[in-house]
Formats: sequence, C-alpha cells, structure tokens
Amino acid sequence: MRVRVEQTPLPGIGVRHDLVTSSGRTVGVVSHRTGRRDLVLYDVDDPDASLASIPLTDDEAEALADVLGASLMLGQLAGLRQQAAGLLTEQVAIPAGSMFVGRRLGDTRARTRTGASIVAVLRDREVIASPGPSFIFEANDVVVVVGTRQGLDGVTAILAGENGG
Amino acid sequence: MHDTAVLLVEIGAVLFALGMLGRLGRRVGLSPIPLYLLAGLCFGHGGLIPLSASEEFISIGAEIGVVLLLVMLGLEYSASELVGNLRAAAPAGIIDGVLNALPGVGFALLLGWGLEAAVVLGGITWVSSSGVIAKVLGDLGRLGNRETPVILSVLVIEDLAMAFYLPLVTAVLAGLGILGGVQALAVAVATVAAVLLVALRFGNAISSFMSVRDPEALLLSVLGLTLFVAGVAARLNVSAAVGAFLVGIALSGPVAHHATEILTPLRDLFAAVFFVFFGLSTNPADMPAVLLPALGLAVLTAATKILTGYLAARRVGIALPGRLRAGLALIPRGEFSIVIAGLAVASGLEPKLAPLATAYVLITVISGPLLARLPDYAWFKAAVRRRMNATRRPPKPLPAGD
Repeated sequence: MRVRVEQTPLPGIGVRHDLVTSSGRTVGVVSHRTGRRDLVLYDVDDPDASLASIPLTDDEAEALADVLGASLMLGQLAGLRQQAAGLLTEQVAIPAGSMFVGRRLGDTRARTRTGASIVAVLRDREVIASPGPSFIFEANDVVVVVGTRQGLDGVTAILAGENGG
Repeated sequence: MHDTAVLLVEIGAVLFALGMLGRLGRRVGLSPIPLYLLAGLCFGHGGLIPLSASEEFISIGAEIGVVLLLVMLGLEYSASELVGNLRAAAPAGIIDGVLNALPGVGFALLLGWGLEAAVVLGGITWVSSSGVIAKVLGDLGRLGNRETPVILSVLVIEDLAMAFYLPLVTAVLAGLGILGGVQALAVAVATVAAVLLVALRFGNAISSFMSVRDPEALLLSVLGLTLFVAGVAARLNVSAAVGAFLVGIALSGPVAHHATEILTPLRDLFAAVFFVFFGLSTNPADMPAVLLPALGLAVLTAATKILTGYLAARRVGIALPGRLRAGLALIPRGEFSIVIAGLAVASGLEPKLAPLATAYVLITVISGPLLARLPDYAWFKAAVRRRMNATRRPPKPLPAGD
C-alpha cells in the first residue's frame, strides 16, 4: 500500500512534505532552503497547527532515516510472521572478526544447517533485498533472517564465526 | 582631516549603540526594526544627540540599505515560485490589497493630504513585513502549519506587487503626473515580465557568469551588478528598489544561495543604517501630534489584516483557529512601509507623513508579533473552541491540495 505524501511549497523558506498516518496523526518535514530541516507533528484537536517542530541536524536526520528504513524492512516481514505462527524475524550483525567477512552467502550454508533464511542485507543505509548465494558479505553488514527461534540462534552463531551447531 | 575623525566617532558610536539595542531586543524577543527607528529618532534633528558630520554618509548608507534589503528579498524567491504561486494566491492577494490599502487611502483623503499622499499611505498600510513575519513564524514553530503557505503566498504577492507599485509611486512623486505614472508602470511591467521570463528560461546561464568558488569575486560581482541595475532603474524612474529586487529574482541556484550567505551581514549593517536614517529624518517633536491618528490607523488596519488572513485561510479550507493565526500573523508592517514612506519624504511630500509612518510602523511592528502569539495561549484556544462548538458547524474536510 502506497502512502500519499503531500508536498507543499513554502515560498522563500523551502518545502514541506507531510503524510497522514492510519492512526489519524499527521507528520511532516519542513525542509528549509538553507539545508535545515524540522520534523513536525500536528495537533489532534487542530489539524492545521503543528504541535511540535523539532529541528534535526544532518546527522540526526540521517540516523532517524536509518532507524525508520531498517524497521520498515522488518515491518514488511511482519505480514509473513502473522501467516506462519512461530516464525520470527531478526537482524543479525556480522561482526568484523567473523570468518564470513569477504565470503559468499552460500558458504554459510545457513539455510541447510538451520532452516532459517537470509532475506535481506542492510549495508550502508541501503537495503539489499533477497541476496543470492553468490552475495559477498562485508564487515558491519546487518543480515535480516526469518526462521524459528532455534534457526535464528543458529544463524547468529554461524555468522559470529563459531562452529555452528 | 578633523571632519573624518568626527565622522568615524559618530558612526562608530551609532553602530555600537545599535548593536547594544539589538542585543537588548533579542533578550525580550523584539524585532530590531522598532529599536533602530527609535534610535534614529533619538539622534539628529530635535533629538537628544545631534549628528552633524555623518549625515551624508548615513543617507548614502540608507540608499544602499534599501537596495540590499530588496536584492535579498529577490534572492529568497525563485522565479518559478513567484509564477507558480501567482494563480493560486492571486485572490488572496487581491483581498489583501483592497482591504488594507483602502484604509490608508481613505485616511489620507480624510485628513485632506491630497491624492499623492493617499497613494503613498495606501502602500504603507497595505504591505506586511515579510522579514518580521517570516521570523515570527519560525520563532513560534509554525513553519509546518497548514495556514503558513497561505500567509507566505500573501507575502509573495505583496512583494511582487511592490515591483509594480514602487515605480508608480516614484513616478507620481517625481511629479510626472498620471501619464508619467502609466509610462513607468508600463516599463516596470515589461521589465518584470522580461526578468521573470529570462530567469525561468536562462536562470542558470545568468548565474554561471558568477563563480561560486571565489567568495570575494562573487560578493563584488553580485553587489556591483545590483547597485548598477538599481541605479539604472532609478534613472528610468522605475525605483532603485525594484531594480535590486529583479536582480535577486534573476539569480538562482547555488549562486543565489552563496550570494545570500555573503550579502546577509552587509544587508544587516546597511538596513540598520536605513532604519536609523528614517528615524533621523523625523523630528521627535512631530510625533505626539500624530500618535493618536497612527494608533487609530494601526487598530483599523490590524482588523483588516486579520480579516484578510481569515478570508485567505478560509478559501483553502482551514479551520477557525488557523484562520485567526493567519490573520494575526499578518499584522506587522515594516521595511516596505518605511521604504515607501522614505520615497515620499525624499520628494518633500506632506511633512506629517514621515512621523505618521514612523509611529504607525512602530505600533504594528511591536504589537504584531505579540498579537501573533495570542492563538498559542490556552484561554484563547478555549474561547475559540467554545465559539466553534456554539456555532456547531461540522468541520469542513480539507481539500486535497492546500
């Protein structure tokens, strides 16, 4: 489902993007021409007025976008979780010292050994969806895994570079 | 050389005093404009501290101040913003012009000041202060509000209208009569249209003349071009201010962005000098006599501005609290009113106009930001809610594009 983001020009200042959430709240971002930006939350009683206007620095905005981007990925998997009870999703970081840094995804044989699937990799604020067996891991990649509790723990152990059991 | 020493001492003392005043104003959350005007009243003729050596310097500085105020205003808008906004915001702009210029015109006619003064006073009461209002909206955290685009588009229309109004006033005041006024207006219309067209089509080409990499060269070329065009425009009776405004619009992209950065300190300096100069040219002894009329005019035009904001916000489906916020935010008059009054004073029109304009701007620019805060108070919100419940009108759904 696509969400409608409305764009409103603010002459002399910049531009505002906002969207109405399904819970009925309106959230917006005012982007100033100067590069500054404010996160805006609207009043429930008076939908024309902003309740709070929070200035975010470049780094803060980036961090927030990261967090939202990563949780979005998991949110999309939530539907899957509901269909199959007992199926879990988890983000597993590949530590810098892992034996799989620089090696292919296929080499982990994670699915064969644990029954859990690696469905996405988060790298440098990008989401790489459904990586193939020839996908090469880098240090600090975050892997999104779907499987049973046991399977997830198994994948975590494998990626940590231990002898997966 | 003794004169030069006095000049330096006077200008130094004035600027230092302004700096202290600005600091004080920031403490109490006041725009520096009224403080600079008051400072101007204190110096000079009939004031507490007469300035003699530096008067000429200050008057030239004031000229440059107007030009810089306007070029910065032009830099804030891109040509596409001005044109794109035009159709949607035109009705609000017309309501604004009619509701707020007429009280000024009527007031001048009522006092028997003649038609020329009426045209001038109409302009003074018409134009809200973009600078003060944009700052107030930012300070109150209202940039995200739904009524803010409405307020901003009214300001844009006013600023654009000034590109036609100022040449008209300049010509009328120069004694060129109706014919001269029409001619100046025609030149202005053609110039503005040409600049907008060129800026829309070839904005990048114009801007690529100027290097962004070298701040010194950029400063000199932008400032030089602005003063040159302003001078040429003044020669053609199109008003220097409008020439500068057009240069600002024609520049775009990174050049406009960097030019804004490097010109801002200069603008702050010379704009302060400009407000001081306007205060200087007013004798404080004339103020008490016009205080009451100015207050009356301020109350009347505050009411018409509130009505303007109310109607403009209602057009785009904003609820009652937002309409009141829009109206109250539009009250402050500032730099443009002073620019218009300055033109009149320079041409030696009605001697009471300068003190009236000073008092009027002082009242609106001080009370405006305070009144704009009203809708944030709990008792005000409660009163509005009671009223909304009493009328029992179901809230209108918002249209798709606001």
